[in-house]
Amino acid sequence: MAAFDLDFTLQQGEFTLAFSVKVEARALALFGASGSGKTSALEAVAGLRTPRRGTIAVNGRVLFDSERRLNTSARSRRTGYVPQDILLFPHLNVRENVVYGLREGNRPDLRVLVELLELSPLMDRGVGSLSGGERQRVAMARALYSGPDVLLFDEPLAAVDLPRRRRIVDALLGIRDELAVPLIYVTHLPEEAVTVADWALLIDNGRIAASGPPREVMPAD
Amino acid sequence: MSAEIRDIAIFTTLAALAATAVMLVPGVAVAWLLARRQFPGKALVETVVSLPLVMPPVATGLLLLWLFSRRGPIGGLLARVGIDIVFTPAAVVIAMAVMGLPLLVRTARAGFEQVTRRYEQIAETLGAGPWRVFSTVTLPLAARNILAGATLGFSRALGEFGATIVVAGSIPGRTRTLAVGIYSFTENGQDRQAAMLLAISVSIAFVAVLASNRLAREA
Repeated sequence: MAAFDLDFTLQQGEFTLAFSVKVEARALALFGASGSGKTSALEAVAGLRTPRRGTIAVNGRVLFDSERRLNTSARSRRTGYVPQDILLFPHLNVRENVVYGLREGNRPDLRVLVELLELSPLMDRGVGSLSGGERQRVAMARALYSGPDVLLFDEPLAAVDLPRRRRIVDALLGIRDELAVPLIYVTHLPEEAVTVADWALLIDNGRIAASGPPREVMPAD
Repeated sequence: MSAEIRDIAIFTTLAALAATAVMLVPGVAVAWLLARRQFPGKALVETVVSLPLVMPPVATGLLLLWLFSRRGPIGGLLARVGIDIVFTPAAVVIAMAVMGLPLLVRTARAGFEQVTRRYEQIAETLGAGPWRVFSTVTLPLAARNILAGATLGFSRALGEFGATIVVAGSIPGRTRTLAVGIYSFTENGQDRQAAMLLAISVSIAFVAVLASNRLAREA
């Protein structure tokens, strides 16, 4: 179990994102409609957006604290971030993308990772020729192999076909458990939140509308 | 082709290549700074870098002559260690580099501006420091534009006349370039030699601009 302490306010033009939650979970799902602020919250944890005030701490490690004027750089936060827009480095092939992160840390065996995410036939291909689902799997491998202290996945399976999605989720959770790395998982699919996370935050218009076990938090429909 | 014509063509090409090499590192550094950083005096740097594009080349040459003459601020320092610049091949290279630099900077800057900042951010989240981000993400993604800018700078250097003739003169076998040679031969009524240099100039410039345009299109 990891402690997530997300208590911050983030301003983006007219939009205000206000988070105030302290939970213990292995995987935390941020669930909500498009534009609710899930991605902004994840980027605040990754160090790509700076909150106006507050605290961000994961597993006791404070990443941001406005009172102490602490704002750990994105480089030093040790996150394994999969952005929604994937952003594989276009000039590197799949293998070079996967091994880009060079941090010392807890990382899975590359061969096992490649096998589990079904990337073996893709490793020497350029990323320009990959499908959306393939790109997402490569982005996950890149994040997992970077030796992260926390995984931040933003709709990482949106483009993966359904039968494969189930296998990839199982693989992902297996690797996550093996590495014992906490995960924040953004999704708009209730079933995915239920499968992946043991705690969920329902985000609505920049606020946490509900917080609890995924089955209790998910809308009935 | 006479030995003299051949030597002028070879010297000009080598000098333009040397000028491109000289301008490459500072040009790319300035282009990156202008594209990616806000700093006091940025507008001034932008203006100074672009000045050779709009100033009469002869005026730029005069400025270089003052800077690099034995009584000038840079030339004076170099003279103390026994280095003379003015009216030497080095002066040709400097004049070419100064005149080509704005084209390199402008094209490379556009290249850096086209690199999505998000790629750099992702590299940072993966633990890459500023130099690694620059050398493994930013630079490769801007490389085509940088190459296109270097080719343009090289082309400009090849055709450089005004600044070169002021700061380096037209010494046969020492500082005479294609452009200066065309002028000197025409002045002396040596039309055949001038025409040969003209043909060489057109050929080299044509290939260089074609290459630059192709690189810029593919960037």
